[in-house]
Amino acid sequence: MTESRMALSRFLERYGIWLVVLVMMVALSFLSESFFSLLNLTNILKQNATAALLALGMFLVIITAGIDLSVGSILALGMVSSAVAAKWGVPWWGVILVAPTVGLMCGALNGIGLTVLRLPHPFIMTLGMLNIARGATNLVSGGVPISGVDPRVRYFGQAELDLSFIQDGAGLPVSLLVVLACTLALWVMLNATPVGRHVYAIGGNPQSARVSGINVDRVLVVVYTICGGLAGLGGLLLVGRTGSAFPNAGLGAELDAIAAVIIGGASFFGGRGTVMGCIAGVIIMGLLRNGLNLLDVSVFWQQILIGFIIVGAVYFDVVRRRASVRS
Amino acid sequence: MSKFFGAITALRDVSLQVAKGEVLGVVGDNGAGKSTLMKVLSGLYAPSEGALLFEGGEVRFESPRASRNIGIEMVYQDFALAGNMPIHENIFLGREVKKPWMGLQLLNKKAQREQAQEHLNRLKIHVKSVDQNVEDLSGGQRQAVAIARATAFDAKLVIMDEPTAALAIKEVGKVLDLIHTLKEHGVSVIIISHRMDDIFYACDRVMALYQGTNFAESMIANTTRNEVIGWIMGTKGNTSGLAHDSVAA
Repeated sequence: MTESRMALSRFLERYGIWLVVLVMMVALSFLSESFFSLLNLTNILKQNATAALLALGMFLVIITAGIDLSVGSILALGMVSSAVAAKWGVPWWGVILVAPTVGLMCGALNGIGLTVLRLPHPFIMTLGMLNIARGATNLVSGGVPISGVDPRVRYFGQAELDLSFIQDGAGLPVSLLVVLACTLALWVMLNATPVGRHVYAIGGNPQSARVSGINVDRVLVVVYTICGGLAGLGGLLLVGRTGSAFPNAGLGAELDAIAAVIIGGASFFGGRGTVMGCIAGVIIMGLLRNGLNLLDVSVFWQQILIGFIIVGAVYFDVVRRRASVRS
Repeated sequence: MSKFFGAITALRDVSLQVAKGEVLGVVGDNGAGKSTLMKVLSGLYAPSEGALLFEGGEVRFESPRASRNIGIEMVYQDFALAGNMPIHENIFLGREVKKPWMGLQLLNKKAQREQAQEHLNRLKIHVKSVDQNVEDLSGGQRQAVAIARATAFDAKLVIMDEPTAALAIKEVGKVLDLIHTLKEHGVSVIIISHRMDDIFYACDRVMALYQGTNFAESMIANTTRNEVIGWIMGTKGNTSGLAHDSVAA
């Protein structure tokens, strides 16, 4: 009895969130005729590719019991930097590298500032970077959108691989492949490499990590650098999808990323959470937005609903944890 | 050795030695210098004066990692384990078993599990599974895992800070027996403790620090609890009047 109940609770812990995704998809298919169409599903994937990359980076940071408030601004800085580089005559392959590189650099600055200056919480350093990167974005772009992006630069965010041999008009977004590659790489890093386990150990008990001879500062710099790099890459995808580098891009995106990570079951106190849960969190947020749009629900209501879902998801987790402690 | 922090003298000409397979108890009141001594031995602090000799040669530690590398391990009062991770990962934290794969150094979890289980068997530590998370263990089991981690890599000297302070009474005996097992394997142990029961059950020798200096030391067989309690309070001679276990008339 208890054995099977434990198996059930373990199953729910691991796959419960995917049941939620499934239920949402089935429900939306019934509620809206246009939901389960190739065009709409492809759109959902494309629209959420950038959010997924931000969430993956945020997830990595949250595992260490940290937070990165600057990802939205880093995304925008990456975008406008690449557009400006293109205006300076940098070749298209160089332009592609600009956004991720800017992201890596900002992330590394976050990590170094955090560890070298010994600021009391990552909140402070990344709040600083949120403002610095956003200010720099406006400076570089002059505060206006820069359009006319080279189609080759737009490839990663815009292109679809032709799948018309399966069904007419079917295409696999390249941005989905980028997200899948990043997800896989992050999964391997967290679950199959020593440094990934060190990330979990730091989130679980930093003192334990330190006395085990782990260079905690170095791991944190790596973690924030990766998070920044993913934000920059997210900027590249966004500039591809929209065809324009606008300085207000990613405003508030850090909060969406945090929400996706939390809905995905990661603990805000660090040490707990799975990459797949994080991806499920992104999909839930994406389905919710898309579904509510199709059902003509106003964006204001959408925001209220997402707020309730964040609180509800964490409350559900609290209840489950309390139950498992009792048994 | 001596250790100064600015104008404050934490340790003055303290000297101690431990033989192979010997269990030394270090006692002293709060502020007597026990923790500073331990931090010097584990490489967290460098001594201001004096030297550390290990297996006949002088050693200097840049960091706790350096002392671990030559076989000096610490067991912390709060265990310093990551509760969110399984037993085998805690034992191998920072010293993972790796296997190369396409130019990457990946974890070899299978080997870690097997080696962790073997090591626990050697120490006669029983757990349901090495995949259990440490947060699901009792205090005594956690302490056992902490000791297993300290001894998994050929430790020669294990320093334990208040090894029984965080345990339920029924678990204390198991941990003290574990210390006996370490001794049988030729590991030297330094126990820092307030608890006379631990000292007299597990140690071969006891030394007392008082205000940062060596105050007294003796083989366990040649002393009594009351005498050692007297040392902690800075008095020599058998001071049964001060002992906490004597009934006031």
